[in-house]
Amino acid sequence: MGRITLDQVTKSFGEVNVIPPLDLTIEDGEFVVFVGPSGCGKSTLLRLIAGLEDVSSGQIRIDGADATDMPPARRGLAMVFQSYALYPHMSVRKNIAFPMKMAGVPEDEQKRRIDSAAKALNLTDYLDRRPGQLSGGQRQRVAIGRAIVREPQAFLFDEPLSNLDAALRVNMRLEIMELHKSLATTMIYVTHDQVEAMTMADKIVVLRAGNIEQVGSPLELYREPRNEFVASFIGSPKMNLIRGEVARTYGAQSIGIRPEHIAVSTDEGLWHGTVGVAEHLGSDTFVHVHGHGMGSEPLTVRVDGELPVRHGDRIFLTPDTEKLHRFDAQGLRL
Amino acid sequence: MARAATTQRKAIVTVAAWIVGIAIFFPILWIVILSFKSEGDAIRTPLEVLRAQWTLESYTTVQERSNYLRHFWNSVVLSVGSTLIGLIIAVPAAWAMAFVPGKRTKDVLMWMLSTKMLPPVGVLVPIYLIFRDLGLLDSRVGLVIVLTLINLPIIIWMLYTYFREIPGEILEAARMDGATLRDEILYVLTPMAVPGIASTLLLNIILAWNEAFWTLNLTAAKAAPLTAFIASYSSPEGLFYAKLSAASTMAIAPILIMGWFSQKQLVRGLTFGAVK
Amino acid sequence: MATQHSRAAARLMISPAVLLLLGWMIVPLSMTLYFSFLRYNLLMPGMEEFTGWTNYRFFLTDPAFFAALTNTLLLVGGVLLITVIGGTLLALLLDQPFWGQGIVRIMVIAPFFVMPTVSALVWKNMFMNPVNGLFGHAAHWLGLEPYDFLSQAPLMSIIGIVSWQWLPFATLILLTALQSLDQEQLEAAEMDGAGAVQRFGYIMLPHLARAITVVILIQTIFLLSIFAEILVTTNGGPGTASTNLTYLIYMQSLLQFDVGGGSAGGVIAIILANIVAIFLMRMIGKNLDA
Repeated sequence: MGRITLDQVTKSFGEVNVIPPLDLTIEDGEFVVFVGPSGCGKSTLLRLIAGLEDVSSGQIRIDGADATDMPPARRGLAMVFQSYALYPHMSVRKNIAFPMKMAGVPEDEQKRRIDSAAKALNLTDYLDRRPGQLSGGQRQRVAIGRAIVREPQAFLFDEPLSNLDAALRVNMRLEIMELHKSLATTMIYVTHDQVEAMTMADKIVVLRAGNIEQVGSPLELYREPRNEFVASFIGSPKMNLIRGEVARTYGAQSIGIRPEHIAVSTDEGLWHGTVGVAEHLGSDTFVHVHGHGMGSEPLTVRVDGELPVRHGDRIFLTPDTEKLHRFDAQGLRL
Repeated sequence: MARAATTQRKAIVTVAAWIVGIAIFFPILWIVILSFKSEGDAIRTPLEVLRAQWTLESYTTVQERSNYLRHFWNSVVLSVGSTLIGLIIAVPAAWAMAFVPGKRTKDVLMWMLSTKMLPPVGVLVPIYLIFRDLGLLDSRVGLVIVLTLINLPIIIWMLYTYFREIPGEILEAARMDGATLRDEILYVLTPMAVPGIASTLLLNIILAWNEAFWTLNLTAAKAAPLTAFIASYSSPEGLFYAKLSAASTMAIAPILIMGWFSQKQLVRGLTFGAVK
Repeated sequence: MATQHSRAAARLMISPAVLLLLGWMIVPLSMTLYFSFLRYNLLMPGMEEFTGWTNYRFFLTDPAFFAALTNTLLLVGGVLLITVIGGTLLALLLDQPFWGQGIVRIMVIAPFFVMPTVSALVWKNMFMNPVNGLFGHAAHWLGLEPYDFLSQAPLMSIIGIVSWQWLPFATLILLTALQSLDQEQLEAAEMDGAGAVQRFGYIMLPHLARAITVVILIQTIFLLSIFAEILVTTNGGPGTASTNLTYLIYMQSLLQFDVGGGSAGGVIAIILANIVAIFLMRMIGKNLDA
């Protein structure tokens, strides 16, 4: 049970309007990711849902009940913070027990839930340590443990992985996804990393300057971005955007083509250019091509890792017209 | 200097630093020595003083003649009492300013500080008259009130600078976890701020213990703390060096010990966080 | 950033402190201001009457006022000079590595914790007393005439005593500031060919400038109100030779019971202190933004 509805929600800090009127429904059991560049309002939106900030107008409903003026504690939501926000003066056990203590859960029930959470999160051996004695990944698990034991209606994650190193981040990502599968509880996850968004989400909400640019499943956003912003934000490496003469031949103000949707040839093709930098990842190579008559921005092209390309080579490119995106003067999809 | 200095250089610095250190500390050392001598010996030449018999008689006579312990107790009550009351008022105020800052928070802080800069002599007359009319002259209650008020800005400021170092997310986490405001301050903020609260407590006990304007002007005999009691030695009769030394040693010893414990936090407290 | 609820709670939690300080400031201040325009002597109760600026005229034209003002400035200036220069040198010394750093540091800080009445009386009797004081003994031993510090150079003696009390404060703060200096900066300067003196002048001193300003301003606030040291050593004398503004106002109000005159002096003291306070507040305020 964790359906969250935002109805014409706005937020302004003094004169500054951070969130213009916004509608959003998060279904029970969904894994929803809010993604966008920094300052897009995604964290503010999460804090509004959490109740850590007041909405300036509009209504937030959790399971149909109006939660707009409810204090955070009564909303039945659990939050995992970017800094983990563990209580440094309490042991891991006490940290995890804290929300239950506040809620007056009986001692033996507390113990049962702590033990099962610790087991699920591999924390059993660390229960009597202080947060200061744990690694980043372990602290993250404690924060998640503290959220789980409350058995909340929904989990809120505020950039939980951004303080971890790259390898650990991939692991924790998988663990959080596992957790979602096993609990089937609504999760709202805020990140600026589109890879996290793509890999984890059932539904992605792309935000820019407080506005929802697009809502959809990862593949919907990948295949049919509503506008240039979503097109270039989702997908890695970034989609190539081409303006001017070339775009006009497709009847658009600008066209977008992903690096993986361009065929490369050494002797013939629609466009031609010169190889600049080539990034060899082993499995793939990303070639930056300076296209002739296609503006100053190089095009990024994904080619097979074995293809021999060198700086200065002349190269021909052919876009897959099926997967070519066309945008109008306002940047909207045609 | 981070680099390892040569041993020779270190030796020179050591000698110089110790000479300066002992010179600065010497007056304190000297009264401690004199306090263990008899009155007759205490006024001899330094070498004779050092050779003279050690004795505890000054400590016993100070207590017998002047009821020293009552003044000592007054000092304890005034400094500890005013500090504790100050903390009770200051912790919520500092919480509010550190974690719920508004547009005017900075102005309020600066204004509080400005009350500390008021020269006490500027309000001596009215306070004296108010105290006289309320019967608070020479009472511990009256002095606790004054000492609480004059040190309140420092307590708030010190706590504020400590609280600001506690990440707000932790308090928000507590709020999400179902803690009420009372729980939040009692179970999360206060335990986390224990080191800061402790050093605030120490520094303010020191300041209140040594306060020597209001304690001298508002007390006579009954509520006089050690500052005022020691001042009575300024017009002595007869031999009094050893007794003055004994009284002084007992008056400064507890505060010296506290001061040494809080020396690291002292700078921050005394400069209102301007130097850390 | 917070909710309505927490903002309301914050207002509630801050109000006791604000109300108390507001009362502590406004009630006595307005009374002082009111008294300063009255002819009001505690020995003549019931004779109070409005006299306009008379109290101010009397106070400002009293020769004792000028003596006290000069003494106040000399006292503040003298102590600042000694403590800032001495404190800087001491901080530089104590910042070097040497054996027993902790103990020396503790010894240097100690005078700051000695209550003003104790330090003044100890210096007065055990050191400056021409007969039994250590300085007297030393003069005797050297075959010199003992010097009666407190009657022959009362103000200088008080400056000495107060400097001893405040030197630790300056040292401690400057030492703290010095230790926060980035060592790599000094090493970079050394690589760039700067000698010890140049490193001090170009790197350390600018780094210390802020701390020195803080020391000066905070000490000034306290030094303007020096009271106990004068009370127990010289009682302001001989004559007015060691009377500062605080002591003068104290004498006027509580020894001569001239509430009106004392209050006028109090208002003047407040104005003087405020001039310093404004500079100090600006510095601290800047720090608050950082």
